[in-house]
Amino acid sequence: MDVRMRINPIACVGHGLCAELLPERVTLDEWGYPVVSAEPVPPRLEAHARRAVTDCPALALKLERIR
Amino acid sequence: MRQTATMAWPMQAGATASPGLHRLLPPSRRQPGADLAGHVRAHGPLPYYGAAGGLIAEIRSARLTGRGGAGFPVAVKMTAVADSRGRAVVVGNGAEGEPASRKDKQLLWLSPHLVLDGLQLAAETVGARRAYLYVHRDDRLHRLLADALAERSAAGCDRVAVELVAAPPRFLAGEESALANRVAGGLALPTFKQPRIFERGVGGAPTLVQNVETLAHVALIARRGAAWFREVGTAAEPGSMLVTCHHAGGASRVSEVPIGAPLADVLGLGREPAQAVLTGGYHGTWIPAAQAALLPLTNSALRQAGATLGAGVLAALPSQSCGLAETARVLRYLAAESAGQCGPCLSGLPRIAGAFTQLSQLEPDRRCLADLERWAGLVAGRGACHHPDGTVRLVRSALGVFSGEIERHLRGRCTADRAPAGGPGRVPATAPASFLPLPADVPAGGAGPAGSPRSRRDWR
Repeated sequence: MDVRMRINPIACVGHGLCAELLPERVTLDEWGYPVVSAEPVPPRLEAHARRAVTDCPALALKLERIR
Repeated sequence: MRQTATMAWPMQAGATASPGLHRLLPPSRRQPGADLAGHVRAHGPLPYYGAAGGLIAEIRSARLTGRGGAGFPVAVKMTAVADSRGRAVVVGNGAEGEPASRKDKQLLWLSPHLVLDGLQLAAETVGARRAYLYVHRDDRLHRLLADALAERSAAGCDRVAVELVAAPPRFLAGEESALANRVAGGLALPTFKQPRIFERGVGGAPTLVQNVETLAHVALIARRGAAWFREVGTAAEPGSMLVTCHHAGGASRVSEVPIGAPLADVLGLGREPAQAVLTGGYHGTWIPAAQAALLPLTNSALRQAGATLGAGVLAALPSQSCGLAETARVLRYLAAESAGQCGPCLSGLPRIAGAFTQLSQLEPDRRCLADLERWAGLVAGRGACHHPDGTVRLVRSALGVFSGEIERHLRGRCTADRAPAGGPGRVPATAPASFLPLPADVPAGGAGPAGSPRSRRDWR
């Protein structure tokens, strides 16, 4: 089952933790807000992705299944 | 000309008809809103179907699409709401936050009962027991609509009670999730839509949101049938639509035209010199006038030109205006109208507006072009609503269509600079740009980010 990161841009306030925990899929723009890739998260990165989701102080991230 | 055959309003003897079709709007615009008796004389009584299916089939056959801007097929949306779990809610959307659009206000003012008929039919179709009419805040219009509703209730023609809700004067007030919030009693702010509004909208109920013009078309299709609706328009895009036209000569008016009508005729392009045409309003697209003059008014033709019909706003920029100054002013407005909820929109739009304002002045710093490209790429697709995407669409089309003007500005010249006094010379740092209609409180251009979002002010 392929999964990818999804961000709620209203909840996000730009703490930037996700970009440190999952740099393979999240970078920060010049204002400090995460640019989240729509690419699938491969199994080897899934644990890091879950950590980014649970550690987000704004609870603005989730891992969603790609239909 | 089939116009007489398709006319829904009887012509009064001696009345002068305004140009265009008269399906939705009466030929004479002198008196507002016919009373219920006059409306029933002109159109016949409200034909309830008794069951959901009949009207959906007719609307599908009419190929009616939403007239609020997105152009989504109405039958598909109705089916999705009818199939969602829970008792549905219907909202007629007349927020019309777009400053360049007046067609919904005109329609509500002149044909309120057509809209209210459509609202009842839509409620019946999706099995709703609650209906709302969400209309731009305007006391006189709200009084007229409240009177119309009282008249209908006294006559017993409405099966579902309708509540009038005022939309705040915000560009995004009519965005579906903002509408759902406001109708439920909250602020008219967009939300992150998961699940979608048709599944969980007002108070968590499946919600059918249709533009008020769309509802008026529903009321006519229910009476006259899909074949009648298709008598005008093109095979792929049948019917008529309301447009708000801003002519290069300065006149602006609302009219009803068959879809597929030549854009040049609708906007009077041959009569008054124009350099570019804005289609689809302030989230829309600039097209060079010569190219626009060859287009029919259909979504497919405009899409091929990289544009959309949107909610039917068309503006012909006069040849002596500066397209950069006009666009800069609109961008400062759009930046100020950001709800300020999503970081990229909150940070990016004022910077984009600021850089474009610089570009609209003489001898701008060349670097603002690169900034605009980068920021446009950074905000697109990163909002909870389409505000950044629509803003970027306008920016990109302006950078293309007004590339000659950009070169002139870099050399210290401007099209708006042909003022007779003093001959071709330099214009003031910010040439007055006043062609496109905007509220009076648009932030003035200056150095740095322009128009920071008016967060949380007057969203109710």
